[in-house]
Amino acid sequence: MSFINLKEKVVQVKIVYYGPGRCGKTTNLEYINRTFRNQIVSEMVSLKTHGDRTLFFDFLPFNMGKIKGYDIKIQLYTVPGQVKYNATRKLVLRGVDGIVFVADAMAKQREKNIRSLNQLHENLLSYKESIFKIPLVMQYNKIDLKEHGIPILPTEVLQKDLNSRLQVPHFEASAVTGYNVAATLKKIIASTIISIQKKLF
Amino acid sequence: MNYGIVSQEQIEKIDSILTDKLIKLGVDCVIVIDMAGNIITAKDNSESKYDVYSFAALAAGNFATVDAMAKLVGEEEFSLLFHKGQESSIHFSKIDEELLLISMFGQEISLGFLRLNVVDAIEQIKRLWNKS
Ligand SMILES: Nc1nc2c(ncn2[C@@H]2O[C@H](COP(=O)(O)OP(=O)(O)O)[C@@H](O)[C@H]2O)c(=O)[nH]1
Ligand SMILES: [Mg+2]
Repeated sequence: MSFINLKEKVVQVKIVYYGPGRCGKTTNLEYINRTFRNQIVSEMVSLKTHGDRTLFFDFLPFNMGKIKGYDIKIQLYTVPGQVKYNATRKLVLRGVDGIVFVADAMAKQREKNIRSLNQLHENLLSYKESIFKIPLVMQYNKIDLKEHGIPILPTEVLQKDLNSRLQVPHFEASAVTGYNVAATLKKIIASTIISIQKKLF
Repeated sequence: MNYGIVSQEQIEKIDSILTDKLIKLGVDCVIVIDMAGNIITAKDNSESKYDVYSFAALAAGNFATVDAMAKLVGEEEFSLLFHKGQESSIHFSKIDEELLLISMFGQEISLGFLRLNVVDAIEQIKRLWNKS
């Protein structure tokens, strides 16, 4: 749930990057952190293991500037992707306003993407939220690997696997090169703010 | 109260409770957050400068983790959450199912004394909540 402070005229919005382990959620936030320095007020917080895997979450506060006189503060989170961490994944989803589902476009990850999306659906239900109602954007990441001869799922396949019922906006992307990372972010921010405005004003 | 939106008046009342009960006692910084990691309000003694947004995200995660651990060992909750450092310490207290009050304070304040005042402040904040 977004939080609106009428005294300071601040709106806090929580956006979570969700997806299977090693699909590129943390890399998305790292790219945003490097590229939008002037919109980021503090350091990125990463709770990770020695092996550099996300243990709990990454957190990056992102200033959007003002809309209708309100200061919009976007809080970006990632979840830990490893299967065994579902309890903590669920904690991060508490109060979420918008979700980027990052799918790994590598052919061998096909099943993992589907399983992760199904679990997102269940985790949202436990907070009485619906994957069909919450603002959601699909990102098909690691598209750059195609050039290196690594088998990649065609976007039509990913769309059919993950987005045939949801019908949400989608982007092919590469979190390492930054391709469509900003486009994904802009889209989820726009959808989320529209949905908050509908709910509240 | 319509959770999710707080009016100027509500925030001002909460701020004055926090100032009276905790900042005047010598607490460096008091933050009220929700369980999603949003900041409802933050008050400090104007000397300490914390990065409150990151702090709120971590504090909500920390509290949620400890809460889940309590359930695993069959406890309803761990009512006291307290981290002690050499120079400063952090005290967490649940206001209700959605809200947390966090105090950061130095060694000149005793934990017992702080807790009394936290309990008082929470009572007052709750009364204010339930009225509106
Ligand atoms: N080639 C390629 N590698 C990527 C891309 N995004 C992430 N990676 C790599 O995939 C691995 C896991 O990324 P990470 O962001 O930690 O995944 P997370 O578990 O979802 O947070 C790292 O070695 C990244 O460098 C991408 O777009 N293209
Ligand atoms: Mg990660």
